[in-house]
Amino acid sequence: MAVRVSMKVNGKAVSGEMEERTLLVTFIREHLRLTGTHVGCDTAQCGACTVIMNGRAVKSCSILAMQAEGADITTIEGVAAPDGTLHPMQAAFKEHHGLQCGFCTPGMVMNAIDFARRNPNPTEQEIREALEGNLCRCTGYHNIVKSIAAGARAMAAAK
Amino acid sequence: MRAFQYHRPASLAEAAALAARPEAKLLAGGQSLVQAMKLRLASPSDVVDLGALKDLAGIKTDGRTLTIGAMTRHAEVAESAEVKKAIPALAQLAGMIGDRQVRAMGTLGGSIANNDPAADYPAAVLALDAVIHTNKGRHDVGTFFKGLYETALAPGEIITAVEFRIPQRAAYMKFKNPASRFAIVGVFVADFGGGNVRVAVTGAGPCVFRQTEMEKALAAKFDPASVASIKVSPAGLNSDLHASAEYRAHLVTVMAKRAVEAALK
Repeated sequence: MAVRVSMKVNGKAVSGEMEERTLLVTFIREHLRLTGTHVGCDTAQCGACTVIMNGRAVKSCSILAMQAEGADITTIEGVAAPDGTLHPMQAAFKEHHGLQCGFCTPGMVMNAIDFARRNPNPTEQEIREALEGNLCRCTGYHNIVKSIAAGARAMAAAK
Repeated sequence: MRAFQYHRPASLAEAAALAARPEAKLLAGGQSLVQAMKLRLASPSDVVDLGALKDLAGIKTDGRTLTIGAMTRHAEVAESAEVKKAIPALAQLAGMIGDRQVRAMGTLGGSIANNDPAADYPAAVLALDAVIHTNKGRHDVGTFFKGLYETALAPGEIITAVEFRIPQRAAYMKFKNPASRFAIVGVFVADFGGGNVRVAVTGAGPCVFRQTEMEKALAAKFDPASVASIKVSPAGLNSDLHASAEYRAHLVTVMAKRAVEAALK
């Protein structure tokens, strides 16, 4: 049966009709056509589908779209400035070569933004622990960790 | 995922009525249920989302007990100043569940109602002699966890809060599966003083259980050496591709020893 869901995505009120079993990531990608949020493992392990919901990074492949009724969602499309200037965390990933193929990057960046807001000056160990739910098959994580350290500093400085 | 009817009740009574339907499932954070539905391990006719019941989340303490609402997320427990003060081991345990994205959604009530044999929370609930409050009354923890994914909850019964007894000292140590972060073996040790020590083990068997031999030894002397020489029998313990029953039995002693060391710090 079709149901209607309404939420705020990247500051804009959106709504759509869909089947009740629709996942949040499916709603974001296929109904809203925001394809920056990726589906990697589809089993809640890889974190490529990470978005920020009501101020916390979550895995949108493990959440029904209906669970996000009334929620405030930010996807990777919503973090850069309107003029295209990259978010400090995005800029840090670029600067420190925190990506190779780029598939995991949107999830990495979304998780890193939420993490850095809560922990503006993280240690390397804290960053590595924060990445438990994000898998990268290219980089070996080293530059991702460097990127997040730099991104967190840049976010704190920009406050 | 098979089709189902989705409900988002606005009251506990409405939720209970819906949940009493024969093939209905309650949805708390969904971090186990949604994945199980995607794999068709669960195919409920009705999904009853507790997300709108804001009264089910929250943390309060009266100095003797710490009560946490069933819909309180793991991240909130891990970060709570009240939990850190009353039972720091519980905040630590919550911060070790899954990964940070899972902790942002997963809930205490969901975890213990699901009673996954490798989940972390059941160890704390059992070791901290908790009372499980529901819309129909209360359960003592001693009779709550019945077996593999099985609890004393009746159909349509909804956990509202868990009331933990505050120990003098406690610690949780887990040997985790590096991929899933579930406990291969997790041991929660709680010392209430006056020779009352409780040791709960998760991950090792089909359901969380108390290790009474260790409890007696620790009641006599709360020291890592008291448990170090206790050999746990592998009989009845889980054996899978991650660890044999013998290895899990060995880990119970190692984790218990480390938990006592941590509790003494």
